[in-house]
Amino acid sequence: MGYLKIDHVDKSFRRGSATTEVLKDISLVIDKGEFVSIIGHSGCGKSTLLNIIAGLTPASTGGILLEGKEVNAPGPDRAVVFQNHSLLPWLTVYDNVALAVNKVFGAKKSKAERHDWIMHNLDLVQMGHAKDRRPAEISGGMKQRVGIARGLAMEPKILLLDEPFGALDALTRAHLQDSVMQIHAALGNTMIMITHDVDEAVLLSDRIVMMTNGPSARIGEVLDVRLARPRKRLDLVSDRTYIAAREAVLKFLYERHRFVEAA
Amino acid sequence: MGQAVLKEETAEAKIVALPGQPAVLALPAVQGKPLSQRLMPWLRAALVNLVPPLITVALILLVWQLAASGPQSSLPPPTKIWDEAKDLIVEPFYWAGSQDIGLGWRILVSLQRVAIGFSLAAVVGVLLGALIGQSVWAMRGLDPVFQVLRTVPPLAWLPLSLAAFRDSQPSAIFVIFITAIWPVIINTAVGIRNIPQDYRNVAKVLRLNQVEFFYKIMVPSAAPYIFTGLRIGVGLSWLAIVAAEMLTGGVGIGFFIWDAWNSSRLSDIIVALVYIGVVGFVLDRLVAGIGSVVTRGTAQG
Repeated sequence: MGYLKIDHVDKSFRRGSATTEVLKDISLVIDKGEFVSIIGHSGCGKSTLLNIIAGLTPASTGGILLEGKEVNAPGPDRAVVFQNHSLLPWLTVYDNVALAVNKVFGAKKSKAERHDWIMHNLDLVQMGHAKDRRPAEISGGMKQRVGIARGLAMEPKILLLDEPFGALDALTRAHLQDSVMQIHAALGNTMIMITHDVDEAVLLSDRIVMMTNGPSARIGEVLDVRLARPRKRLDLVSDRTYIAAREAVLKFLYERHRFVEAA
Repeated sequence: MGQAVLKEETAEAKIVALPGQPAVLALPAVQGKPLSQRLMPWLRAALVNLVPPLITVALILLVWQLAASGPQSSLPPPTKIWDEAKDLIVEPFYWAGSQDIGLGWRILVSLQRVAIGFSLAAVVGVLLGALIGQSVWAMRGLDPVFQVLRTVPPLAWLPLSLAAFRDSQPSAIFVIFITAIWPVIINTAVGIRNIPQDYRNVAKVLRLNQVEFFYKIMVPSAAPYIFTGLRIGVGLSWLAIVAAEMLTGGVGIGFFIWDAWNSSRLSDIIVALVYIGVVGFVLDRLVAGIGSVVTRGTAQG
């Protein structure tokens, strides 16, 4: 049956009389606790697909089933970690997470429980020490950590990550990837991540969904990454399975589905 | 002098020492820089900021004195103003009968009208601006009307509001309201249209309802724009109140000017102008100050 089912999703945008088909016949089943990456060139509609799963963009045809029920509006059961963190700049780090926690658990948890839960999630991403700072006062990597804490704090059924590390430098990115791996190992969340970084996809994912180029992007291939967890960045450098998986994705992206518009 | 200080401190140290224990001489805590040194940068800044405007004012007064001193001069020079209107300048809050009161009281009466009219304009303006900013249809319907109405000069509303309210007090307040509301509406609407899609997405994922969205996302996100509108609005209010009071009468500063003109007290008018200018400046700074406190953090990404 699957935990999350993307069922024959098409998406076309209409601008005036012109219709652009972005996604064509996307079907995918994701199991509980699975970490799935969606990779593809720019403009292939992978962010659109994530927005459809999140309910932020309606699908033209087809639909999303979560635990057998159709979801077509956004909600905290599918928390999103946005590409540019999207923290509210007038709130402190603590209050940004509190906004989510109070909304989602306002009725279910006492004030003290909610406070503990906020701090627990901030500590999970090692941001407890900065709880009283405002987003403008912390680095890009720290902002993204808080964004992840806010997503996790909603206790979502699925955590959607939209190119979460795209704007970060390589070292910060590696730190955050390790953090996400630890969190995934500890909590067993189901996560879907959009990325255009091959190493990141192979390192983090159980499966890599490779999208063909748009318009009318499809799922080109799905690659199982059969690497044991916990995975260690350094050990994997010479690991045969890792190298093979990396090669498969690279070949897909740069041999069979080269980005033609790229100059 | 150094001797005297030392004596005092050793005396204190003896009190600190507990009985039965060897009296340890407690050294006086090292104080920071002396007061004069700590005040120096502050004084410097005050000097740098105060001296140039003071020089300008002195120059203006000097030129004015020279220009208005001739026997055929129609306007009074500063010295004459000081002679004729000294009581108004030095005693803003005297009270000698219902029409013979200090300018401070008159300003307060005008300020009260502005406060009521402007507060109403702020609340209604933010709500209407939110509506226009949020709903495309509200914008299509209301924006053209607002764009026409906002060009109507404040005083043109006065006869109509006198006819509607049949009393000068609410009419003056209405004129303030109708003057101040347009920049508030328009700026709020722009601020709300400029709320980043990301914040809206956050609100959607959290399923914030309309009220929560208004208080938690809309108002803080649009706050810099709203305060720009409020600042323009308060300036316009202060412009309009003087003119409105000239026509409606009563106790305000505007009527004082009109009254002084009718009895040819030019010196009083000039003093009143200075009062109005200073109060207008303070109002502007006040709203700007509140704005920068409230919107701290919002302006930066």
